Amino acid sequence: MSIFGKLTLESIPYHEPIIMVTLAAVAVIGIVIAGLITKYKKWNVLWNDWFTSVDHKRLGIMYIVLAMVMLIRGFSDAIMMRTQQALATNGAAGYLPPEHYDQIFTAHGVIMIIFMAMPFMIGLMNLVVPLQIGARDVAFPFLNNLSFWLTASGAVLINISLGLGEFAKTGWVAYPPLSELAFSPGVGVDYYIWALQISGIGTTLTGVNFIATVLKMRAPGMKLMQMPIFTWTCTWANILIVASFPILTALLAMLTLDRYMDFHFFTNAGGGNAMMYINLFWAWGHPEVYILILPAFGIFSEVISTFTSKRLFGYKSMVWASGAISILGFIVWLHHFFTMGSSANVNAFFGVMTMVIAVPTGVKLFNWLFTIYRGRLRVTVPVLWTLGFMTTFTIGGMTGVLLALPGADYVLHNSLFLIAHFHNTIVGGAVFGYLAGFAYWFPKAMGFTLNERLGKASFWCWQVGFYVAFMPLYVLGFLGMTRRISHTDNPDWNFWIYFAAVGAFIIFAGIVLQFVQLYVSFRDREQNLDTTGDPWNGHTLEWSTASPPQFYNFAVTPTVSDIDAFTDMKEKGIAYQRYAQYQPIHMPKNTACGVLIALALTAAGFAAVWHILWLAIAGLMGAFIVFLVRAYSNGHDYYVQGDEITAIETAHLDAVAKGAV
Amino acid sequence: MNMEIAMERMTQQVQSADPVEHHDSDDTKLFGFWLYLMTDCILFASVFATYAVLYMNTDGGVSGKDIFELNFVLVETLSLLFSSITFGFAFICAKRNKRIATLSWLLVTFALGCVFIGMEVYEFHHLIMAGHGPQRSAFLSSFFALVGLHGLHVTAGLIWMAIMMVEILKTGLNNRSITRLNCLSLFWHFLDIVWICVFTLVYLLGVIS
Amino acid sequence: MFIKSLSKATLAIFSILLSGCAGGVLDPKGQIGIDEKNLIVIATLLMLIVVIPVIFMTLFFAWKYRDGRDHEIYTPKWAHSTLIETVVWFVPIVIVVILGVITWVSTHELDPYKPLKHEATPIEVEVVSLNWKWLFIYPELGIASVNELAFPANVPVNFKITSDTAMNSFFIPQLGSQIYSMAGMATQLHLIANEAGTFNGISANYSGAGFAGMKFKAIATATPEEFDAWVAKVKSHDQKLDEQSYQLLAKPSENNPVQYYGHASKGMFNHIVMQYMYMEPSMDMSQHSGHMPAKHGESK
Repeated sequence: MSIFGKLTLESIPYHEPIIMVTLAAVAVIGIVIAGLITKYKKWNVLWNDWFTSVDHKRLGIMYIVLAMVMLIRGFSDAIMMRTQQALATNGAAGYLPPEHYDQIFTAHGVIMIIFMAMPFMIGLMNLVVPLQIGARDVAFPFLNNLSFWLTASGAVLINISLGLGEFAKTGWVAYPPLSELAFSPGVGVDYYIWALQISGIGTTLTGVNFIATVLKMRAPGMKLMQMPIFTWTCTWANILIVASFPILTALLAMLTLDRYMDFHFFTNAGGGNAMMYINLFWAWGHPEVYILILPAFGIFSEVISTFTSKRLFGYKSMVWASGAISILGFIVWLHHFFTMGSSANVNAFFGVMTMVIAVPTGVKLFNWLFTIYRGRLRVTVPVLWTLGFMTTFTIGGMTGVLLALPGADYVLHNSLFLIAHFHNTIVGGAVFGYLAGFAYWFPKAMGFTLNERLGKASFWCWQVGFYVAFMPLYVLGFLGMTRRISHTDNPDWNFWIYFAAVGAFIIFAGIVLQFVQLYVSFRDREQNLDTTGDPWNGHTLEWSTASPPQFYNFAVTPTVSDIDAFTDMKEKGIAYQRYAQYQPIHMPKNTACGVLIALALTAAGFAAVWHILWLAIAGLMGAFIVFLVRAYSNGHDYYVQGDEITAIETAHLDAVAKGAV
Repeated sequence: MNMEIAMERMTQQVQSADPVEHHDSDDTKLFGFWLYLMTDCILFASVFATYAVLYMNTDGGVSGKDIFELNFVLVETLSLLFSSITFGFAFICAKRNKRIATLSWLLVTFALGCVFIGMEVYEFHHLIMAGHGPQRSAFLSSFFALVGLHGLHVTAGLIWMAIMMVEILKTGLNNRSITRLNCLSLFWHFLDIVWICVFTLVYLLGVIS
Repeated sequence: MFIKSLSKATLAIFSILLSGCAGGVLDPKGQIGIDEKNLIVIATLLMLIVVIPVIFMTLFFAWKYRDGRDHEIYTPKWAHSTLIETVVWFVPIVIVVILGVITWVSTHELDPYKPLKHEATPIEVEVVSLNWKWLFIYPELGIASVNELAFPANVPVNFKITSDTAMNSFFIPQLGSQIYSMAGMATQLHLIANEAGTFNGISANYSGAGFAGMKFKAIATATPEEFDAWVAKVKSHDQKLDEQSYQLLAKPSENNPVQYYGHASKGMFNHIVMQYMYMEPSMDMSQHSGHMPAKHGESK
């Protein structure tokens, strides 16, 4: 085999005009961005202040930027699917042949879940959780940087697959035997495996990191049952991460062995058992959707209690409801395949367990309602997302319970009804939540608020677009249309397919408005500066810092005695204290090791996809050596001196005093 | 009351000394490592579950009864169990700041670990040569994967131990090296427990059934 | 244009609510499908008891307690009420308990493996999913067909289903339940058509490039005689389904036309299933020829 393994010039899809145009566009945009960075001499800033940063706030922002970039990619796939289906009715072929269409729906699923929703969620968590618990950083700042770069590494691999070779044509679940070598001989599934494997390890490390952070680094006085609700829901999500992502790691490793070394875990031949894959996949996959939704629930709770200027109703119920959802999330995986032929007892058990989850979820909805009750609701952009969520998600929950009924699932399984259901919960639940969190914490991260009008316009496009795009899918599901078909030949379906395509374009307008909003807000930032650090009159500790927060977060570690710690301080008059003098603060230094390790592993992953043995070994060795160098070097930290802190704190407190007048 | 506290703090105007080192403290490191071990535990559990499902799927080839040699595996097991004890000795010595003794016990542990891995490699080689490689059947795939995964962990542990020994030789026993030794100790004992499960569920039950 | 499509949509929604989706799972033509439709309707109504108040309360509270309405009561510190908390836990629990009972009972009743109680003798059909077409074998009649399935209405049909490729799902939406087809094992499905008609059949689990074209027609004949006529038509075809012709058929093809085999060798279905079945060492491997990859032959 040549030194480039299976990789040849033929691996570039010259013959696919759509891909080549996309690549050209990406190249042009890349060159423009690189040119701008060069022109404004920002490479140093980018490298020193961002890429190598171990600051949880900067990592959070980088995660969200990654999520936004991948949102564009994933949404392009969505638009292509919707237009293809709209053009390929009545037996027409449309513009995407199956081998391309099949890659698109696989990429859409993988990207939206693993590389859009996850980074968005983890980004918000990074940004907010350490601030909410009054910590100066996470437990392992370097590991945090590494986690980010491993996630980015997976995203890079999945994007390389666009221009070199192909992506998986298996659906995002990559069920064997379809994903085995016998049916998918190309490199697509290998890209899938390595992109998920590398980013999955990053996610596992994030889970470990944040559990340690929350359990070991809370501000003095903050009991577990006084943690802000968003921190609590993130903690449950992190527990789910460490409990479920290793299953994915094991599963992908086994599929790797099947494909690379002719093992027989899931093959048809040799006594393999594909059902084992499906079980393990959902033993990870089901908790995964709760990993996505729980932090969103936390965001809604924060938003509602802040903007009603009221305490959160039923805090304890909320915490335990989240816990119940987390635990129940592990014993419902079989509802993803009631149609596999399990006995009625097994199906009925998993159906009932699934419905039980509706109880804590329903409780949460009622608690939000009673938080609004007798409050003073300021209808801001985050609140709009929350109200949109509460109405939309309820419908998604209802269709979810319907699908949990094995008898109903026997006819709705794998249909567009299912697609409508999970978009109803993931878009209407998780994504709305992240966008609410985005608008809510944006001033905290960037120091200026977002344009309200454009934010509201964007919300309405998303909300209306969502209904127009996904309600028809419920109907199509009832009409017997199954998922993942590239073209159709049933006149009864046509109207609804066109209808859904219109919805996709309305959502597209919402996304465009989101970016316009970012641009306009940035342009007008001088008028929208958040000088006090507390633009919404917040309840929790993150609002006690400046916007953007001081790099050390808290000059003095706060002492906490209430769930709404900052409100408590404001009421007692002990917020914004001035000190004559500050103790030096111990801080971690930035490091390039995370970037380098992830770079080496990206190379190794790429090499594995193309069977380039030497590069795979070199990549792994490289990563190991960088790790060792990091482990055996000294001086990873330094002290911020009191004078510097005094200067920063005085400036902040002066700004607060001025803002208060 | 609250105002009083506030006033008191205002009048002090000087902040008390920071009581805790925040990030990367030794205690937190150990806890983080323990959390990582829990994720590893789930990784093993997934492979165990796969083995439990696939061990009957011999596809006309050999089953566990035909290929497991209990005596051989017993020696393997004992060497790993003893290595755990000797690691314990090494750790006790490290706590008492006896550098040479620590290093000696680590060396013994290392040797026992190598015996274990050597025997495992021999077993694998033997099986593959006899035509019972992992490609033969789902049973053998899952057997090689489960035992191999444990073997990979032990190998990683050995590499770590070698590096640890160099570190202790060069920099002596300090806070950093003791914390790391503590993590390695957790790792090593964890692998021991996993092996006991492998020995019982794979070899013993395999021979019985 | 938009108004026009909107009114069309409204009209369509109403017609669906009133008459059910034509040709879909809400327009069932078989007992299983009818039961499943009723189940969907009952469960939906039951859930609406919670869903409608929640949506209504969300909008109402948001309107009533919006900022600026200073005449409304404002209780910034009110965060707990045992009564409300009890009710909000209790109401969902009650509904889920009811739904749970419905789930338990209906899942047992609608178990795809459960033979249907009916006075007529059931027809046996063996189904094989191939790349990318459906093979139907009638073991009692010794015939086989591709992408077309026929049976008399009001007679139960017992399906045994397997796959000789990736996983698929055998589904006739208007008759009810689907079930996966998987290599190396036979799943079961029991259906019945309550009235005559030609129904769309599909694969409901993505299986690769030709998946969209993996469709078949399920013909429920009005009378047994019509079914006999269909059988006679199939038998009039000379083509024989045996080891060789099966190998030919199993090769990947897309949008496969309907094919008839006037004669199907005995035990084809078992043969297809058994080729992937793992076996205890004592079993003789030599009788399973053909599909076994060469290396497995060697290990004998």
